Amino acid sequence: MSEHSTAEIRELLDSLYRVDSGRILATLIRLLGDFDLAEEAMQEAFAAALSLWPRNGVPDNPRPWLISTARFKAIDTLRRRARFDASQDELARYLETQWNSAEESNEEASVEDDRLRLIFTCCHPSLPPEAYVALTLREVCGLTTEEIAKAFLITPRTLAQRIVRAKAKIRDTPIRYEVPSPQELPERLDAVLQVIYLVFNEGYSAAAGAGVTRAELTGEAIRLGRLLTELLPEPEVIGLLSLMLLQESRHAARTSPTGELILLENQDRSLWNREQIAEGVALVERALKSHRFGSYTLQAAIAAVHAEAESTAMTDWRQIVALYNQLVRIQPSPIVELNRAVAIAMRDGPEVGLALIDAVFAHGELANYYLAHSARADMCRRLGRTAEARSSYEKALALTQQEPERQFLQERIRQLK
Amino acid sequence: MKYICLGYIQPGKFEGMTEDERHAVLDECFEHNDHLRANGHLVAEVPLQPPETALTLYWKNGKVATTDGPYAETKEQLGGIQILEARDLNHAIQLVSQLPGFKYGLGPIEIRPVADLNEMIKESEQRRRKNTAR
Repeated sequence: MSEHSTAEIRELLDSLYRVDSGRILATLIRLLGDFDLAEEAMQEAFAAALSLWPRNGVPDNPRPWLISTARFKAIDTLRRRARFDASQDELARYLETQWNSAEESNEEASVEDDRLRLIFTCCHPSLPPEAYVALTLREVCGLTTEEIAKAFLITPRTLAQRIVRAKAKIRDTPIRYEVPSPQELPERLDAVLQVIYLVFNEGYSAAAGAGVTRAELTGEAIRLGRLLTELLPEPEVIGLLSLMLLQESRHAARTSPTGELILLENQDRSLWNREQIAEGVALVERALKSHRFGSYTLQAAIAAVHAEAESTAMTDWRQIVALYNQLVRIQPSPIVELNRAVAIAMRDGPEVGLALIDAVFAHGELANYYLAHSARADMCRRLGRTAEARSSYEKALALTQQEPERQFLQERIRQLK
Repeated sequence: MKYICLGYIQPGKFEGMTEDERHAVLDECFEHNDHLRANGHLVAEVPLQPPETALTLYWKNGKVATTDGPYAETKEQLGGIQILEARDLNHAIQLVSQLPGFKYGLGPIEIRPVADLNEMIKESEQRRRKNTAR
């Protein structure tokens, strides 16, 4: 135990909340069997710490202290409710006897599992998909409703209602608090990975000028990726973390000081974050070695080839094309086809690339995708077909709302004149 | 974050209860408030006298005009205000959902985040300083 001022304690508790609330809540939900009761008890435990720690000192192990305080708070709450509702008394007594018998078997492993239980519950298929992100960021990452709403540009009350409805669904269904069975795991894990990557992309595509909060989402997604890699090191989990780190490594190089988007080929590669690249490359190698990898790992492998190249010209386009060939096989989509066409153009020249892009357009799916028009325009520009290039850039411009992208396209059109 | 909770009451609902029921609601409410206060969630509470005691003022032709009550025909009337300290909007919703008066169906509760006017006040102070400097 050590002495601290209230201000210091408040700061300490704030950082404890950010780092550990997900873990504490995860365990409390298991112990109490109720989301709301667990959350209320956790809030009360943090409040109790704020009033007790300045006087009594900070416990050597704050987390177990908070968990056991929250347990007592929950019992108190149920007792209080029991004075007016007899059924709650039974529940309080049941929880107490259960705890006394569970006390010994409460080892670290089941506590780690609790966090997985929480993640899988927040992304449960019985919940509406729009609740996944909100619940995950609030319950697992400890963000406030207001912070999440701001980052996703929706009103706090819309988001709050989403969370209220999702929690009611968890309680009423009821959704069991568990890690999915091995049979269910691939599909359930896929939903979790999608949520993490969505959070990442929301922050990543925000680029400059859209405020700090949105950029923090990439950090939050990477944190979630690390957590999941630690708890459930499946190849695709590792692959996704690698992909996010490798994309994030280019953060400083992808926008100019005035907020314009800088394409990969024009980026100042000395600005790339070497530490993130080293970590991302090591992770993707680990995932590839498993021979059970999927699309996140392949995308990470492509990003790793770029990350290790000194310039566009020095990039190993043969390897990138080979990786896209695999990606098209396991996850066929027009967007992957488009990226593969661009890579082939880099290897074999724009004429081949243009033919492939036009073939993708012929399927009709990419007509409203600005990057497809922009890529086509680029091929035409390199072939000296200026009028066609301009018309494709203009189509791309009409299809995007994001300011950095618009500036980039306008600049390209200007250069053609 | 601070949130204001405006508690509405359906006229006659409380009065229509038996004495025992009324005592039960009141006891539970006061006990719940003690609990909220002990946990630092209850910043302030302001119960109101019934709407019959209210008086509304208007500014009319440069003069004060008055009428009785708020609006004659509204179904629910403001019964009291609480200011809650909560971590975020969902925490405030959770706290309010547990209010006994609310659970007994006395009426709906409106939650609103407290506005932060510090920026506006600062700007206003600058304007006023400029005006006096002239």
